[in-house]
Amino acid sequence: MLTQDHHMFASVLEPTASFEAGAFVVPIEKTGPSRTQRRATSPRSTAKGPTDVTSSSTDTPSDQTQWMLKVRDQRDKAAFSALFDHFAPRLKGMVMRSGASSAQAEDVVQEVMLKVWRKAHLFDPERAQVSAWIYQIARNQQTDHFRKNARPVPEALKTPELPEPDVSHVIALEQEVQHLKRAMAALSPDQRQMVEQAYMGELSHSEISEATGLPLGTIKSRIRLALEKLRHDMKGARS
Amino acid sequence: MSHITHHVSDDVLLAYVSGHLPQPYAVVVASHLSLCDDCRARSEAHAHAGGVVMDTGAVSDVSGILKSRLFDELDAVLEEEPEYETKGPYPAPVMATLGGSELRWTHMGLGTKQAILQHDKAGSVRLLYIPGGMAVPDHGHNGLELTLVLQGAFRDETGRYGVGDLETADGSLEHTPIAEPGEACICLAATDAKLRFLSLVPRLLQPIFRI
Repeated sequence: MLTQDHHMFASVLEPTASFEAGAFVVPIEKTGPSRTQRRATSPRSTAKGPTDVTSSSTDTPSDQTQWMLKVRDQRDKAAFSALFDHFAPRLKGMVMRSGASSAQAEDVVQEVMLKVWRKAHLFDPERAQVSAWIYQIARNQQTDHFRKNARPVPEALKTPELPEPDVSHVIALEQEVQHLKRAMAALSPDQRQMVEQAYMGELSHSEISEATGLPLGTIKSRIRLALEKLRHDMKGARS
Repeated sequence: MSHITHHVSDDVLLAYVSGHLPQPYAVVVASHLSLCDDCRARSEAHAHAGGVVMDTGAVSDVSGILKSRLFDELDAVLEEEPEYETKGPYPAPVMATLGGSELRWTHMGLGTKQAILQHDKAGSVRLLYIPGGMAVPDHGHNGLELTLVLQGAFRDETGRYGVGDLETADGSLEHTPIAEPGEACICLAATDAKLRFLSLVPRLLQPIFRI
């Protein structure tokens, strides 16, 4: 396995950027949601899965993780359907934020979800939360789709087999991500926008600079400030 | 590979994870991540941040037919996608970029060789082969340059780089990498603009070598 265990965020703490913090707070939309575009509510608020999965407690993995494992291990289409219901609107929102039309975005969503189905055997809940795993597939797919260029990815790690995940590791990772969510929710709207731009935006950093007339250094430092705040919140939450 | 001391910077890593990094650099970063577990972990942490941003970001309703279109494809029989693996000093992303072709080395004089893997308006990514003790032709460059050592080691004004180490140079650095004596040094290098060689002859050769 990897050198990091469930505390994978620790390694990112070292240099300049990192992400962490607090507990789970859902961002509150101040104005009413529009008809098609709205803020996501709690990821746990989606309909229950194909089975009676209730995972609000802290000793079972999240619904998404359980669905994903059913897809991986049993090729369970009902679980895949639940994953689709949760992620497809979020994926579409992300792809449209990157400048795609609704129809283009749906093509990408379809490609991404197909990859999720076909690459499910690579999903390892001790290393990645479902949202992180799908995010990475989606960003790669998006660049593949629009640049017609296969995105280079690191060599797959040789993991002998992935049957029984260590539940405590899975849950520890999920808790880290809950901390991260709280930190994100605590960002100022400005900072939130910078982070969204960095992770979901269409523009490269230099393009942002052209678009706003801000020198690159300012942009970088704004992103760094946002990351620093995340890190600070995490430290606060841990102590 | 715990002896890696020069890692990918956070802004480059974030640009890679979020899909913003131009293709030539992405090949180098993916190769570094194949060799460096620390940076792989950092990239996965960024992916978690991305996952949170996506999960809590804007949602957009999908049309009703999307799901049925998708489910119709689930059982389709596919041709196997080629899976690339490390071969000798070349990490999987290099092999994937080659896509099954052989390496085509071009001699640059004094035993130095290069093989261009990809060259287009996004920039270029190439392998450099530098015999032990030899210098890479003295050059400056206009934009970001990422250089990953795959075999041997080199030194320049900024330090020593061994296998797995990644040098990040911006346009301001004029450096002269020299391969350490012994085994030839093989590097994977990406640039986004034409390298500007400082000595006369190599500059004349630039168009020929596409540097």
